[in-house]
Amino acid sequence: MSTARRITLRVNGRPAQGEVEPRRHLGDFLREDLGLTGTHLGCEHGVCGACTVIVDGVPARACLMLAVQADGAEVITVEGLAQADGTLHPIQQAFHAHHGLQCGFCTPGMLTTLAAFLAERPDADEAAIREAISGNICRCTGYESIVEAALAAGKILQSGG
Amino acid sequence: MKPAPFAYHDPRTLDELIGLLSRHDNLKLLAGGQSLVPMLNMRFVIVDHIVDLNRVDGLAAIGDRNAAIEIGAMTRQRTLERDPVIARKAPIMQEALRHVGHLQTRSRGTIGGSLCHLDPAAELAGVARLYDAVLHVAGPRGMRDVKMADWSLGYMAPAVGPDEVLTGLTLPVWSEPHGHAFVEFARRHGDFAIVGVGCLLALDGKGMINRAAVALVGVATAPVRLTAAEVALTGQAPSVATFKAAAEHAEKLDCLADAHVSASYRQRLAGVLTERALARAATRAGGADVHR
Repeated sequence: MSTARRITLRVNGRPAQGEVEPRRHLGDFLREDLGLTGTHLGCEHGVCGACTVIVDGVPARACLMLAVQADGAEVITVEGLAQADGTLHPIQQAFHAHHGLQCGFCTPGMLTTLAAFLAERPDADEAAIREAISGNICRCTGYESIVEAALAAGKILQSGG
Repeated sequence: MKPAPFAYHDPRTLDELIGLLSRHDNLKLLAGGQSLVPMLNMRFVIVDHIVDLNRVDGLAAIGDRNAAIEIGAMTRQRTLERDPVIARKAPIMQEALRHVGHLQTRSRGTIGGSLCHLDPAAELAGVARLYDAVLHVAGPRGMRDVKMADWSLGYMAPAVGPDEVLTGLTLPVWSEPHGHAFVEFARRHGDFAIVGVGCLLALDGKGMINRAAVALVGVATAPVRLTAAEVALTGQAPSVATFKAAAEHAEKLDCLADAHVSASYRQRLAGVLTERALARAATRAGGADVHR
């Protein structure tokens, strides 16, 4: 009863397409169909935040969006944060400098969430950053180094980096 | 953690949508998907048809009608959080939205989805109740209005038929200057509230309360208005004693018990949060600081 649909979208600035069953969520489409395994799937019910991607400029849970709903959308995954020449996004540089990760499972979701959030609010203070990542669960770091990295990335972004 | 198969429909017009609702059974409407998709993924919900509202024209708009705000059902929570009309005329909605899920879920989540999912702790349902919102429902027999007070038919059961759809709501805003506050307690930020309280408070020229509205979420299956306290507050001077007396009405509410907390815990919390919300609203209304 479920018929595959053809979808066309842009992922990390490049055209992408696929034949998807309506029940396939965007996270599985990115990983299984496009091979973009940077997006991690943790809980698949919208709690852990690991699968966060940027859809039409705003952070969203890839496990809570059907791939068919992304037809025509512009999606940025963690693979699309760095520039084409490999220069890391300020939030990636800051995660590196401040040890913002240990096991790395939550990292793609942390990076995409913070990249989108800091683009809008590079001057965000610690409380605002903690609220912004309240939907991203990390079981290693205790969040301290992640928050430090986000504050540092905000400074880089404010200075035009 | 994958949904069972379903047929997917993404109508472009309200007429097309209503037609689908009339033709198909065992169907769910997909708004923002931040509650429905988890339930599909976990197969708590297994349906034959998903009808996606995201591409239906005209369901996502915010209109300023002077004494009221018209809000389309598919208006995203993120949009409401940043909207200048909401900021000016119903800022309590934005204060409440900070507690609704997380940044990422508010990007997709909609006000209509919140109202139709009707979780007992839903902050936006509480705000709608606080303003005596009127909900607009479309179906094969045309449009009809439902008062927020009549919206809940029971636990997570809104007054919308299987062949109907919520298209939007009218929020009658307060014309007089007033203070507002939305406070809640949850185990972690973004969790479902154990109890949430919203209140609006207007003061007259002499600093006396001349209009009050208090609504609570999380205490019962649907948002509750604290009418007895609203009456008791009117005509009083804002003070710790006044607010403590009003909060006693909240402590008498018939509260839910669940796996997390007992009914008596909720009653106690309802009282504490009502007092806090009233104090904050009074300060914002221009009254003296009545925080303890």
